Amino acid sequence: MIEVEHLTKTYGEARGINDISFQVEKGEILGFLGPNGAGKTTTMRILTCFMPATSGTARVAGYDVFEDSLNVRRRIGYLPETVPLYTDMLVPVYLRYVAGLKELPYREIKGKVAKIMEQVGLTHKADKFIGELSKGYRQRVGLAQALINDPDVLILDEPTIGLDPKQIIEIRSLIRGLGKDRTIILSSHILPEVSMICGRVAIIDEGRIKAIDTPESLTEKLRVANKVKAVIEGVAEDVKAALGRIAGVNNILVENGDGVDRAKYTVEFAEGINGPPLVARTAIEGKWDLHELTPMRMSLEDIFIQIVTEEKDIV
Amino acid sequence: MRNFLFILLKEVRSYINSSVAFVVVTIFSVLTGYYFYNIFASFSTISFQAQTDPTMATQYGALNVTEFVIRPFFGIISVVMLIMLPMLTMRSFSEEKKTGTMELLLTFPVRDGEAIMGKFGGCMAIFFLMLTLSFPSILLVELFGDPEWGVIITGYFGLILMGGGFIALGIFMSSITENQIVAAVLSFAALLILYMLNFTAGAAGETMSAVLNYLSFTYHYRNFAKGVIDTSDVIYYLLFTLFFIFLSMRSLESKRWRG
Ligand SMILES: Nc1ncnc2c1ncn2[C@@H]1O[C@H](COP(=O)(O)OP(=O)(O)OP(=O)(O)O)[C@@H](O)[C@H]1O
Ligand SMILES: [Mg+2]
Repeated sequence: MIEVEHLTKTYGEARGINDISFQVEKGEILGFLGPNGAGKTTTMRILTCFMPATSGTARVAGYDVFEDSLNVRRRIGYLPETVPLYTDMLVPVYLRYVAGLKELPYREIKGKVAKIMEQVGLTHKADKFIGELSKGYRQRVGLAQALINDPDVLILDEPTIGLDPKQIIEIRSLIRGLGKDRTIILSSHILPEVSMICGRVAIIDEGRIKAIDTPESLTEKLRVANKVKAVIEGVAEDVKAALGRIAGVNNILVENGDGVDRAKYTVEFAEGINGPPLVARTAIEGKWDLHELTPMRMSLEDIFIQIVTEEKDIV
Repeated sequence: MRNFLFILLKEVRSYINSSVAFVVVTIFSVLTGYYFYNIFASFSTISFQAQTDPTMATQYGALNVTEFVIRPFFGIISVVMLIMLPMLTMRSFSEEKKTGTMELLLTFPVRDGEAIMGKFGGCMAIFFLMLTLSFPSILLVELFGDPEWGVIITGYFGLILMGGGFIALGIFMSSITENQIVAAVLSFAALLILYMLNFTAGAAGETMSAVLNYLSFTYHYRNFAKGVIDTSDVIYYLLFTLFFIFLSMRSLESKRWRG
């Protein structure tokens, strides 16, 4: 549905994005994750035909964004980051205007506007000018205009920013529902949100894609630091010595281990070793009580920070 | 065509909601109305005196209300248009750029031409309202005198053509900057130069003066003011309008050029 190849955009001297390639299939939700100035908005602006790339190609719904922009624009819904709206228009009047420009049949416009306002929780703001709305409600109007023509492709730049928690949950489930038979790209700084909604995540930094995969396998791939956390009750020195005798243990960290009381051990294994059973066996053999045993996984947050700060490439 | 109408309606609504339309139309009516009142009043005084004083009658000849009132009235309308129409056109694209709404407009399935013609049509609608409000003055003349309706009709026709040119130029200026003041000043300056070209024509050489005359707005209006529609004048105004609409299209398009 979306095919991006070697996309590069330069702003004068500055690099907006640098040789970005990825694909998104129908029914897939791709999340853009990246620090400020990474190039998320730039990529979206190229995909929505707002501005051309310096080089590279992008195809949306089978049409080239540069050569065939009108056909691309017919099939997308776009929520820009700044949610630019006409402040001097009434909410339903604005939505009817957008519906008209998006080529909805004239007879359907009114009904469709009412339906979409219901969906994003705007019905009780029908007699307000957009300029009178709070940030969160403007965000909803922005979402409504993006969704109004039931587009095949949705491009949402930070869609849940500024919404209240209840609305965030509703909009997330709305997006997830839409994602079943559509193609969606969204950007976000909220990592749990991305791992919750998106089937795949692209981590972008300094204009490049650093990693692109499902949230699970990103987590999987990065469990390189193969660690097990265990809380064991026993003489810390004995426990530590016993753990140290396990083959494949690289490092042991002891916290709160100054007596016979329980202490927390972080045991780092070599790659490919399944640590938890080994730790459990050691505890039982030493007749110590094992209170907790957790294989340490990296959260998306850890991955994000690791990729972005350590310049690590795991594509 | 559909998109054109949607944008046109939205533009008219914005002009009305933002009270730009109210301010521009009111000032236009006050200025032209005040001038009309003056010329009409002095015309009545003179013609009244002429009826009683035979020496005056010979001095002014047969007093013609078309000559003394209608023609100067159209003249002043065109001058006020030159000042007020840039105020109308300055926001058309500049405001969209400044507030960022251009980002959505350009990603809707709207052709550049439809967006420009929609804006153009919106301004024309407000401009028609302005002209309509000048019409009661003409009726007043009809009530007290006997103006030539041929001149009135061609006069309005010429003003509409001229206004179309002013608006197209203003929209182009607005498409090249995101600053409304800059857009207004540029349009005003450009219109003023075109308006005054034939004032300097007298001093220039023969060919030069013909060129200056041909380019000038005022020069092409003089036939309309006499009740004559000359196709070359109509073509001049239409070409002028098309030229600036074409430039506006290029200006919008240039955002989609690779760079
Ligand atoms: N109009 C512009 N002119 C010049 N440079 C720009 C322009 N827009 C973006 N940039 C630069 O391009 C780079 C990418 O910006 P972009 O807006 O795509 O980042 P982003 O990932 O969306 O960031 P954020 O999370 O803050 O929204 C930044 O370095 C930015 O300074
Ligand atoms: Mg951004």
